[in-house]
Amino acid sequence: MCKSLQSSTLIAGGSFSAAEEWVHLLDAYRPNHSLALHSLLGPDVRTVQPQPGVLQIPLPLKDKKLLEVKLGELPSWILMRDFSPSGIVGAFRRGYDRYYNKYINVKKGSIAGITMVLACYVVFNYTFSYKELNAHHLAFLTSEHERRRKYH
Amino acid sequence: MNQNLFTSFNIPVILGIPLAVLIIMFPTMLIIPPKNLINNRLSSIQQWLVKLTLKQMMTSHTPKGRTWSLMLLSLITFIALNNILGLTPYAFTPTTQLSMNLGMAIPLWAATVLMGLRFKTKSSLAHFLPQGTPIPLIPMLIIIETISLVIQPVALAVRLTANITAGHLLMHLLGDTALTLMSIYLSSSTITIIIIILLITLELGVALIQAYVFTLLVGLYLHDNS
Repeated sequence: MCKSLQSSTLIAGGSFSAAEEWVHLLDAYRPNHSLALHSLLGPDVRTVQPQPGVLQIPLPLKDKKLLEVKLGELPSWILMRDFSPSGIVGAFRRGYDRYYNKYINVKKGSIAGITMVLACYVVFNYTFSYKELNAHHLAFLTSEHERRRKYH
Repeated sequence: MNQNLFTSFNIPVILGIPLAVLIIMFPTMLIIPPKNLINNRLSSIQQWLVKLTLKQMMTSHTPKGRTWSLMLLSLITFIALNNILGLTPYAFTPTTQLSMNLGMAIPLWAATVLMGLRFKTKSSLAHFLPQGTPIPLIPMLIIIETISLVIQPVALAVRLTANITAGHLLMHLLGDTALTLMSIYLSSSTITIIIIILLITLELGVALIQAYVFTLLVGLYLHDNS
């Protein structure tokens, strides 16, 4: 906010000392993406005023978060993600850090933090043993089907 | 019925890739290295447990034996966590596989024996002959002591495997019984369910105790040979 004021005063012909002038010239190159203008629900008029002295660059697709991507752009957004090994490891790391900082690394962490992890572990193991657990149901159904087909 | 009982011990495989690797690595996600002086609750509990275990295990060792602290501590944490996580429903317990337990037991035992033979050759060989044996018995006793030495890693591995597997099997059997009995005699089904609850508490104890015993014995072999 302060910088945009300063840059706008610069454009309007305000005065700075010679030593600081060149620093403020760099403000024009500072990326100002005006993230609120690109949110899914449209720009929030209450909080964001159009800033006169600042260049409004639309946010490139690569930097948008998932909730800010329009549905039509979704396939290209997915393809632009980093799928290299270090990218995948980074994604897991970020997910882990997000969960850790929200539920465990707090002053009064409760048992829910680790219980959720264990519940996911149970569901994970269930999905991978689903076939063996329900093998007897499936065997019964196929034999029923074959038995019926004999008499039709 | 036979096929159903032991299928819970099959290594989970997805598209030909054994998932056991992921499941073995899962307990590492639950252990958090403490970053600050005062940490969050989970980290503080872990720190306290580690300190307790360390003190209990390593005070009786010589300084040379205490260089093994990290190894023994990670061993007991690994085994205890794997056993406890295996008590959750549908979970696969890696410590039920004899291959894994042998893989833990043989290198550790061999390391203690080799360490003893290298640094204190006379004293470690002297363990083969207890003090005060009558002279005619000496040849037989040396053979017996050698056999008991060689059987140590096998005993370590098989003890852990058998205990955990037996506990899991018992729980599966009783669970099936309770389920079948529910439609016949509801009262005996409730009694079976109470037995299962007691068994689960026992299993929790066994899980921890087995880890402790494993580590303790390795420490004992270390103490003898350091």
